[in-house]
Amino acid sequence: MKKQINRLEHDARLNRRKSIRFWFDNRVYEGYEGDTLASALLANGVHLVGRSFKYHRPRGIYTAGSEEPNALVQLEEKAYTEPNRRATEVEIYEGLIAHSQNCWPSCRLDFGIVNSWFSRILPAGFYYKTFMWPASFWMTYEKYIRKAAGLGRSPTEPDPHFYDKTHAHCDVLVIGGGPAGIQAAIASGQTGCRVILADEKSEFGGMLLSENILINGIPCHEWIESRIAKLKAMSNVVLLNRTTVTGYYDYNFLVANQRVSEHLGPRISVNSPKERLWKIRAKQVVMATGAIERPLVFADNDRPGIMLAGAIRTYINRYSTLPGKNCVVLTNNDSAYHAALDIADEDGQVSIIDIRTSPSGAMVDSAVSRGIRILANSTITGVGYSRGQLRYLEVMELSENGLEVVGKKQKLPCDLVGISGGWNPTIHLFSQSRGKLRFDETHHCFLADQPSQNNPVILAGSCQATWFSKECMEEGHAAGCKAARRAGFNADQEFDGVKTGQLEYSPQRPLWVLPTSHPIGQGKTRHFHELHNDATIGDIHLAVREGYESVEHLKRYTTTGMGTDQGKTSNLNALTALSEIRNLSVPDLGVTTFRPPYTPLTMGSIVGHDCGELFVQKRKTPMHPWHDQAHAVYEDVGDWKRPRYFSLGNETMHAAVQRECRQVRQTGGLLDASTLGKIDLQGKDTRWLLNMLYTNAWDKLEIGRCRYGLMLNEHGMIFDDGVTTRIGENHYHMTTTTGGAARVMNWIEEWLQTEWPNLEVYATSVTEQWAVASLSGPKAAEVLRELTDIPLDEESFPFMSMRNGQVADIPARVFRISFTGELSYEINVPARYGLALWEQLMETGRKFDICPYGTESMHVLRAEKGFIIVGQDTDGTVTPMDLGMDWIVSRKKQDFLGKRSFDRTDTSRPGRKQLVGLLTEDPEFVLPEGAHVVSELKSSPPMDMLGHITSSYRSPNAGRSIAMALLKDGFNRKGQTLNVPIMNGTSQRVTVTDPVFLTGND
Amino acid sequence: MLLIKCPWCGYRDQSEFSAQGEAHIERPENPHDLDEEQWGDYLFFRKNPKGVHYERWVHVHGCRRWFNVIRNTATDHIHATYRPGDPIPALSDEETDQPA
Repeated sequence: MKKQINRLEHDARLNRRKSIRFWFDNRVYEGYEGDTLASALLANGVHLVGRSFKYHRPRGIYTAGSEEPNALVQLEEKAYTEPNRRATEVEIYEGLIAHSQNCWPSCRLDFGIVNSWFSRILPAGFYYKTFMWPASFWMTYEKYIRKAAGLGRSPTEPDPHFYDKTHAHCDVLVIGGGPAGIQAAIASGQTGCRVILADEKSEFGGMLLSENILINGIPCHEWIESRIAKLKAMSNVVLLNRTTVTGYYDYNFLVANQRVSEHLGPRISVNSPKERLWKIRAKQVVMATGAIERPLVFADNDRPGIMLAGAIRTYINRYSTLPGKNCVVLTNNDSAYHAALDIADEDGQVSIIDIRTSPSGAMVDSAVSRGIRILANSTITGVGYSRGQLRYLEVMELSENGLEVVGKKQKLPCDLVGISGGWNPTIHLFSQSRGKLRFDETHHCFLADQPSQNNPVILAGSCQATWFSKECMEEGHAAGCKAARRAGFNADQEFDGVKTGQLEYSPQRPLWVLPTSHPIGQGKTRHFHELHNDATIGDIHLAVREGYESVEHLKRYTTTGMGTDQGKTSNLNALTALSEIRNLSVPDLGVTTFRPPYTPLTMGSIVGHDCGELFVQKRKTPMHPWHDQAHAVYEDVGDWKRPRYFSLGNETMHAAVQRECRQVRQTGGLLDASTLGKIDLQGKDTRWLLNMLYTNAWDKLEIGRCRYGLMLNEHGMIFDDGVTTRIGENHYHMTTTTGGAARVMNWIEEWLQTEWPNLEVYATSVTEQWAVASLSGPKAAEVLRELTDIPLDEESFPFMSMRNGQVADIPARVFRISFTGELSYEINVPARYGLALWEQLMETGRKFDICPYGTESMHVLRAEKGFIIVGQDTDGTVTPMDLGMDWIVSRKKQDFLGKRSFDRTDTSRPGRKQLVGLLTEDPEFVLPEGAHVVSELKSSPPMDMLGHITSSYRSPNAGRSIAMALLKDGFNRKGQTLNVPIMNGTSQRVTVTDPVFLTGND
Repeated sequence: MLLIKCPWCGYRDQSEFSAQGEAHIERPENPHDLDEEQWGDYLFFRKNPKGVHYERWVHVHGCRRWFNVIRNTATDHIHATYRPGDPIPALSDEETDQPA
C-alpha cells in the first residue's frame, strides 16, 4: 500500500486514530475516518479518477462538494452498485469499493480516447446532424448510440436496502448549516419555536470547515462545535446533517433527502434505512445555502490537477490534504489569495497568476509579505499533462482588453492549479420557489430579487453575496429572528456578536474566458466551460453560427448544464460567453429556470416503502382465507383481490371456467360478491334523489322490492349500474359495480352538497360492512332452504325482492336478484360473519353438488344471457339506447341526470355504435376482445372499421364461442356477415345477432 | 404542494383534496327549456383564465365536503376558500388584477 503522500500534519476534521482501507480501480488505499473518497484519493496522490463523457479525456477531482462535474464514480458492486456518485460527497468506510466510469479497459488506458482524436467530426449537435436521415434508420442508429451514451451502469439486481419517508412540520426551516445557517437556527431556536436545520454535508459548519480563521479568539472549528453543542441542547431544534433540501414547492413545502446510513457502508446499513425522504411543511424558511465558486475557462482547463481554489482550501483545512507540491493559483479576484496563503502555511510552493492588470489591496499585500510570487496581468495558455499528473503550465501576458495574449511564453513547473472566477450564490432553491432573480453587476452573478407571494423566504449569508463569516453570522441571526417573529414568536434577542479578523476585497476583473495563443475553438487545445458533458466555448461559437442563439437552444444544442450536476459550475460561464459572442448583456439573454431536484435523488428514496408488497394496498373479502385454501387464482378488480376461478388439480383456467359455468346451470354455484359497492341511503328525500340518479321511475317501488337501474352522467352516457332495494319507508340499499363504488359515492355526495343541499338524504358507504355470497343455479333454493327460516316459495319471495331472516343462524338480508339468469340469492351478512356463512353454504351445498365459481365464470354466465358489464361493454360513450335498453328509460319523468342530452344532435342521431352479438363461422374460435370489426377485408390497413369486440368467451352452455360488440348501426346489421381481422394476419367471418345466447329462467 | 384551508377542517396538504373544476355553474332548473347551444355551454364550456379563477375542491381524503376556492392559476396563490352557498368573498382591485 502506498503512503498518503499528500497528507498534512494536522488532524483537521479527520479521526487520525481510525484508518480506513478502500479500493479504487482495484487498488487498495488508506484514508481516515472523516475523509471523502475524493480527499482520500488526493491524499494518496491520485488525481486521475475518470474519463469524460464525450471525448473520454482524463479527468480529475474538480471541487470538494455537490457541485462536482468530473469525479463521478461507480460505487460498490453487484446489487449494491450505484452509478454517477460524486467522489467529493462519498464518505469512505472500511472496504469501500469504487470504480472510475466511462473508460475501457481502464482509466489509464482507455480506448474511447479515439473519440477525442476524431473530435473534429464530433462537434456540438453531432447526433442531431448525423442521425437525422433517413428517419427509418433511427432504430439502427439508436442501438449503437445507447451503447456509447451514459456514464455509469445501473444495477441489474434488486436493491437490498430499504428507504424511509417522513413528513415533518416546523416553524422555521433553515437550509444550510454554515455560519449564517447555524446562527439563524440558534436565533429562532432560542424563541422556543420548532426549528429544523438541514445541511447536505456530513458535518455542520459550511465554508468555515474549509477555513482556519479565529472567531472570538478561538479556532473556527472549535467555535462551530460550541455552536452545534448549543443547538443540540435545544429540544425544539432538529439537526439534520447529510440532508440535502432538493425541492422547494408552493406554500413552503420542501423535500429533503437524508443519507441515513450510507456512510457506514452497504453491508452494515442494510439493517437501517439507507436514505430517508423528508417532506417538510415549514411556516418560515431561511435560506443560508452559501455560494459555489465560479471557474475560469482557459486552454485545456479540464486536466486532472486543476480544481477550484476554494476546494484546495477545503482539502487543506478540513481533510488535512495538500494535493500538490508545486501549486499555482489562477484568479480574477481576491478570494483565491486565501488558498495561496493556506498552501504557504503548509509549506507548499505556490505562485499566483492574477489576470487583473495591477492587483493591489490587503490580500495582495499579505501574499507579498509571505513571499508569494504574483504574476499580474497574465494567464495560463497551455497545460502540460502526462501519466495522471500535471507537469507544467504555459503562461503569457494578457493584452489590454484581455481578449488576446502577448509577449513571451514562459513555462512554470506545476502539479496543482487552483482557479477562481469569483463566487455564485446558490439560489437554486429560491428560483424553484418561483422567486425572481436579478443579475448583479457588482458581483457579476444572479441574486435573489423578489420572493414569490406563496413562499416569502428569508435569505442570509453568501447566498446573497455576503462573503465574510462575521457578516454572514449577523445576517443569519437577523434572519432567524425575523423568521421566528413571522411564525408568531417573540424574538428580540440582540446578537452577542463575533470578532474575526477584518477582511476587505478589491474588485474582481470581469473576465472568465481566457485567451490562448490561437483563437478559441481553433488549434489543438480546448476551453471546457462545461466539464460534465464535455462542452467547450468553441461549441458555443458553433451553436451561435448555426443559429442556436437563445439560451434555451444553446443549452440543448451543446448539452451545457444538462449533466447530473445541472451546470452548477458551468451555467454562468456559458451565459457570459454567449453574451460576449452576441454582444448582449447577461440579463438580456435571460436565465433558464432552476428545477428540482437540486442534486439527483435515488429512485429508492422517491419510492420509499411503497414497493414490493406495499406497492399498492390489497383489499380482501372476509371469505379470502377460504379462497386461498381452495386454490383460487385471483384477479385484481380495483384494489380488490377477487377469485377469478378455482382450479381443481392441474386444471387450466379454460377447463376450470368451462366446468364452473356448466355446473352453475346444472346444479348451482357460489360466488363471493362482497366486493360489490354498497351504499346505504336514508332520509325522506331519498326517493326523489333516486329518480334523478337513475333513468327509470322509483315512485312505485314497494318496501322489500328491488329494482335494476342505470346511472348516467349529464352527457347521457352510462357510468354505472346496479340494483337498489327499498328496505324501509325512507331507507334504501344501493349496489354499484365493484370498480365504480367510490365513483358513485362521490357522485351522490357531489349532488347532495353542491346542487341539492336542502334534500334530506344520508348516504353512507357500507361496502365493507356487508359480506355477500351469491348462490345461483337450479338447486339454489334447495340449498338455502336447509339453512334459513325465510319462506322461499315463489309467492312469498318473488324475483326482485328482499327478505330479512336468519341464514346459517346469522342475521341476513337475502336479495333474490340474478346476474347469471339462474335462480339466485344474494345473501348479505355483517362482514364478520362472511367466512362462517360461506363455509356453511359450501358445506350444505356439497350435498347438492354446487361449486364455488369466480369472476371469469361470472362474466361468461352473464354474457350468455346478454347482461352487460359497465366499463367492459360500455366505455363512457354509450347511452341506454345504444345498448337496446330503451325499456329502462322513463318516458314519464320530467328530468333525471343525463336526460336532456338524449336530444343532443349526436346522441340522437341514427347509426350510432350499438351493442350486438357476434357468432363466429368457426364455433370454436374465440375472438380476441378489442379486435375490430370490418365490412370488407383488405390486405392491409386502413379498413372501414365498424366497431370493436367488447366481450368474447367460449360458452359451454351454448356449446360454442359467443361475443358482444359495439357496431356502427349495429341494430340494422343483424343477420349480416362481417369480418374480424386478427393480429396474426388471419381473419374470422362473423354473423351479427342479438346479444342473448341463452334464454329462460330468472 | 398547495396548502388549502378547508372551511371545515382548516389548513391541510393538497394531497388530501381533489380539484373539481370551475365553481358557480348551476344546473339549469328545466334542462329541456334550453336550446342546444345553452345546454352545450353547461355541459362542455369552462373558463380557463390565466389569473383569478373560482373553482370547486373536495376534501376527499378528509371530511369529504365540497367547497369553493379562489386561486390565481398563474401564481397558484389562494386568495380565499368558502363554503358552498356562502357569499363570494370580495377581492381587492389589486388582487383581481394580479398577473399573469
